[in-house]
Amino acid sequence: MKVPMSIRKPTPWLLLAVLLFTRDAAAILTIEITQGAEGALPIAVVPFGWTGATGLPPENVSEIVTNDLARSGRFKPLPEKDMLARPHQGSEVRFRDWRILGTESMVVGRVQDRGNGNLEVQFQLFDVFRGEQLIGYSIPATAQGLRRTAHQISDLIYEALTGGRGAFTTRVAYIVASRPGGRESYQLQIADTDGFGARTVLNSNRPIMSPAWSPDGNRLAYVSFEEGRPEIYVQDTLSGQRRRLLPAGASSSAPAWSPDGSRLALTSSRDGNPDIYVYDMASTQLRRLTRNPAIDTEPAWAPDGRSLIFTSDRGGGPQIYRIAAAGGDPQRVTFEGRYNARGSFSPDGKRLALVHGENNRYSIGVLEIDTGILQLLTDGALDESPSFAPNGSMIIYATAGHDRGVLAAVSIDGRVRQRLLLQEGDVRDPAWSPYRK
Amino acid sequence: MKNGFRLLVMAAGLVLFTACSSTGDSKDGAGADGQGGATGSATDQGSAQSSGVQPGGSANLAVLDDPNNILSNQVIYFDFDSSAVKPESMQLVTAHAAFLAENPGLRVRLEGHADELGSREYNLGLGEGRAQAVKRLMVLNGTGAGQLENISYGEERPAALGHDESAWWQNRRVEIVYPAR
Repeated sequence: MKVPMSIRKPTPWLLLAVLLFTRDAAAILTIEITQGAEGALPIAVVPFGWTGATGLPPENVSEIVTNDLARSGRFKPLPEKDMLARPHQGSEVRFRDWRILGTESMVVGRVQDRGNGNLEVQFQLFDVFRGEQLIGYSIPATAQGLRRTAHQISDLIYEALTGGRGAFTTRVAYIVASRPGGRESYQLQIADTDGFGARTVLNSNRPIMSPAWSPDGNRLAYVSFEEGRPEIYVQDTLSGQRRRLLPAGASSSAPAWSPDGSRLALTSSRDGNPDIYVYDMASTQLRRLTRNPAIDTEPAWAPDGRSLIFTSDRGGGPQIYRIAAAGGDPQRVTFEGRYNARGSFSPDGKRLALVHGENNRYSIGVLEIDTGILQLLTDGALDESPSFAPNGSMIIYATAGHDRGVLAAVSIDGRVRQRLLLQEGDVRDPAWSPYRK
Repeated sequence: MKNGFRLLVMAAGLVLFTACSSTGDSKDGAGADGQGGATGSATDQGSAQSSGVQPGGSANLAVLDDPNNILSNQVIYFDFDSSAVKPESMQLVTAHAAFLAENPGLRVRLEGHADELGSREYNLGLGEGRAQAVKRLMVLNGTGAGQLENISYGEERPAALGHDESAWWQNRRVEIVYPAR
């Protein structure tokens, strides 16, 4: 049984570093929070109790919850060593003791073995100052599904305390490039957002790029060079079944699902140079959306499906433009600086995450569409491929580690940053999944 | 201009090969690495000499590997975020265009590449734009459009692996890839 090991670093910047083991031996992700938020909510997640035949529960639920809450940047969990008591249910809690520690909220709970592989997880969330229960749940679970149950508990706590929806049960797709024995190797992987459960869904000796989740979270579109040129494939993430989207022969890239999943916007150069097209999944018809001798690429849909943005160098350098889904004249959206690319909409449609370049440095920015105000969230030199969490609270992106590419995440106010480190390989092109439907 | 990436792959291939055919101690490995470049270029010449037996090949492909011939240079470099063929590259592109016009049975691939700066998908477009710019120029100079196949790798296959201008300029390129010889 794999029990995650946690390592505490005394540096104030590194609030927490967790070494995470996954099923795939090569895919060990370390998540470290490189910058924590001021004013994070002090919370105590007391180690959960366990009643079962074996000595240890299949997963350390309270630790998973603690790490989830810490990673969000909204919470500052009390270190276990500072806890004066280990209550497992509300009746055992002496709130006065926890108030002294400055704890505002606390979570207690237990995991019980119900036999035949069935478990039950009970937990309660308390407002420590009032001594009142905010929420309490009893959740049936299984040993295999216990990590997911723990993430659901994190979602419930997050929602109760922040009013926003949690995204701890979602996943991330990304590409790992490596060179074992000098041979090129590429993997498309999917992992939980805490780095656990990484699994490879596609292996290739030619480049893979641009994974994009279908809105129901069941399919991935991506670009594979397996037949020589870049071409879009669509793969069912459960069955592994896949198909090439378009007939062979022309390059296609940058797939983006429409919000209802019925269409894919993409880049194709079938008519000479890269333009934006819309592919209808049902009719398999391809409709040309832009017509310009410049590079038009990186389409992304507005959440209402009525318009798209894309990157074009029609004005000289790459800038982001917006076009109606029905077609028409594109309007330029970005004006600040010479390089703005790879835009994507926040879930509420009010903001764009993008790559902003200045003096050979590329960072992740957020543009408020109404005001045109651009805020830079990162200060990396080679940051790219920003992707919003489905609750809009964070953006995951690719950045340069000291010797290879790594994934990182930043809160949309720029205050919380974290890095996701794979043991080996160059990690890139992250895509945060939607909520499961 | 040989690119570092190809040499690396070649050297790695040799290491594997020697590992199979030798006792495989670390000294042998190092030796094989060292030989990689030298053996690589010797092999290129060796294959080039046998190019006459290529089917339909009346073309004298040996000139492509003759370091004194401009055609041995098969890489065209570009400025940052630009797909314009630079004036200093015109002579090279037109020389290849003329060679292909003289050998209408010959087909080449124009592989467009970009540096790692900025967005990956945009860089794929940039590599495509570069390959197209070279293609247009070659067609203007007499090459049949059917002889040229464009493909972009964007930033996925860098020639140099560093993270500064000394690597970036080498990666903003179009490689004219002739058939194996």
